[in-house]
Amino acid sequence: MNLHEHQAKTLLRPHGVRVPPHRTVLRAGDAERAARQLIDETGAAQFVVKAQIHAGGRGKGRFKEDPELGGVQRVQSTAELVRIAERMLGRTLVTLQTGPAGRTVNRLLIEPVLPIARELYVAAVLDRVAQRICVMACGEGGVEIEEVAARAPEKILREWVDPVVGLGAYQARRLAYGLGLRDKAAKGAAEAFVGVARAFEQEDCTLLEINPLVVTQTNDVIALDAKIALDDSAAFRHPSWPDLLDTAEEHASELSAQAANLAYVKLEGTIGCMVNGAGLAMATMDIIKSFGDSPANFLDVGGGAGKDRVVTAFKIIVADANVRGIFVNIFGGIVHCDLVAQGIVDAVREVGLTVPLVVRLEGTHVEEGRRILAASGLRVASATDMADGARQIVTLAQPEHAAPASGSEAATGR
Amino acid sequence: MSILCDENTRVVVQGTGRAGSYHAEQCLAYGTRIVGGVAPGKGGQAFLGQPTFDTMTEAVRATGANCSLVFVPAPFAADALLEALDAEIELIICITEGIPALDLVRVRRAAAGRPCRIIGPNCPGVISPGKAKIGIMPGYIHLPGHVGVVSRSGTLTYETVHQLTQLGLGQSTCVGIGGDPVVGTSFVEVLEAFADDPETHAVVLIGEIGGSGEEAAAAVIKERLRHKPVVAFIAGQTAPVGKRMGHAGAIIAGGHGAATDKIAALRAAGATIAPNPNEIGSTVASRL
Repeated sequence: MNLHEHQAKTLLRPHGVRVPPHRTVLRAGDAERAARQLIDETGAAQFVVKAQIHAGGRGKGRFKEDPELGGVQRVQSTAELVRIAERMLGRTLVTLQTGPAGRTVNRLLIEPVLPIARELYVAAVLDRVAQRICVMACGEGGVEIEEVAARAPEKILREWVDPVVGLGAYQARRLAYGLGLRDKAAKGAAEAFVGVARAFEQEDCTLLEINPLVVTQTNDVIALDAKIALDDSAAFRHPSWPDLLDTAEEHASELSAQAANLAYVKLEGTIGCMVNGAGLAMATMDIIKSFGDSPANFLDVGGGAGKDRVVTAFKIIVADANVRGIFVNIFGGIVHCDLVAQGIVDAVREVGLTVPLVVRLEGTHVEEGRRILAASGLRVASATDMADGARQIVTLAQPEHAAPASGSEAATGR
Repeated sequence: MSILCDENTRVVVQGTGRAGSYHAEQCLAYGTRIVGGVAPGKGGQAFLGQPTFDTMTEAVRATGANCSLVFVPAPFAADALLEALDAEIELIICITEGIPALDLVRVRRAAAGRPCRIIGPNCPGVISPGKAKIGIMPGYIHLPGHVGVVSRSGTLTYETVHQLTQLGLGQSTCVGIGGDPVVGTSFVEVLEAFADDPETHAVVLIGEIGGSGEEAAAAVIKERLRHKPVVAFIAGQTAPVGKRMGHAGAIIAGGHGAATDKIAALRAAGATIAPNPNEIGSTVASRL
């Protein structure tokens, strides 16, 4: 799960990472009050307004409806703040990371402007090779870190976190001095680095990035931006996480799949795929591509898929308007082919079928599964192996074959 | 011979609930020596004709188990692994999926310096066909023989094994290392074991996008497996950047983990790349 910037900052603060005071607003009408509160708290006169979407590049991004306007704006007065909030909320921000469709801006973060002396970069990631959390710091903040990594990798300093002892203060100092910081700034940065490592560990992050981490003109070290992704597997020990989910940022189909415990990713192609197992599901996408078409989705019905899950999966696939054909590829291990076959039959009877369907079954109870499909009277093409299945569905999904393939009187769901 | 397990491996099952019981029974039917179960609070109850113990320490003392098969649910799985490590079980196979990544970081730290090997989590387990099946894979698709299989995926491994068996190519041992970002055993250790196993004549490696395990595997193939044919397939060649493909580990992030880099590294190391997932078996046949 990805967090908004303001959520990430709120999560970081108790771990000793300093963040600017802030307010979030969902309506432009609330912007004035937010500004007044910040003025009372900090004496600030100028503000920065930041669109909250799950994508980077907001500053350089532009609104579709308002091409002069970027997603991060500095304003000189409360009146200007309200005007900018009105121009941003409900509008579509397009950045390098959103794709051309952009994302609707539903909330804004408002912070006082800070007097910046220097911009740094810090991030924590899970290093799969070292099997430890790695804290990375760089003296060049506010820029693309991949670009620095390619140009001058020696500028990125790294420390690995022993899970027993956490990031040592000495390691944090080594990073701070390594970036050329002295005195108060070095101390503040070291505290931030320790906080980043602790937050990553205690909040079960998969990614934590602060870019930039700024040194102010008074040598305070403050996280000006923050990006956090959380490990969904750890949700059971974080009861507050459901409140952090912004459903507006997720595909509706991905949310309903999640609710049904299905691993589903919406893609841009036209062949709907239902497969058991993540590896086989990826391989199925690959083989469709090798026959010249593109998958509409990744969908793993899971190792223990029963009939109900198959029905739900099928509904999610047919709800995608881009789908011109469906390929079911099941290698029954724990999953029994007969249960999958019955699930397909039930799903088609319930929701109907307006596109071609090819089913490849192999493994446990395969004969029974094939018999169920054959006896169902549905127009289901059967495949001998995954290449045969991919070839068939790619051919059947061509526009000249696109006539409705539902041969069953029972398929009246549409 | 085989690697990791054979007919003498003595298996205790951690987590004797519905899934654990069902799969342990299948293992037993295949001929695996299941010597007991461990479930806190269930000590003294029967488990597949063997005793259940409250703790691993008791189980090892009473049964002489040298392998543990773990089905304990994700919130408690890391503790079960720590308990198995504490009992110095040689081979710990964790089937459980959905364990937080940082739990595995702590488990790996605890495993350092101990005479234990963890396989998984989120994996189908290990099978040495005809000798022992310690996992959830369907036993009947396997055939005893001389091809070693190592994979990050479950059903794609079954697909591969099925193709091999259809062609009459039996397997020495098939190891699912799991699809999570941090796993107990990487491709590297399994490939080294296959390199040293005289009964393994060829190796199939099934990788996927994410991480750099396949690149590390390529280095081992180049150095240690020159004398045995290696066939590889990488799933996720068409996966988009930044989207997690089911497995927690299967994500192309920060410009790393793309299939093309992995394929290039494996090919340069001397592995033959199967052109598509339907031709993994036939590619092995062409190399023998």
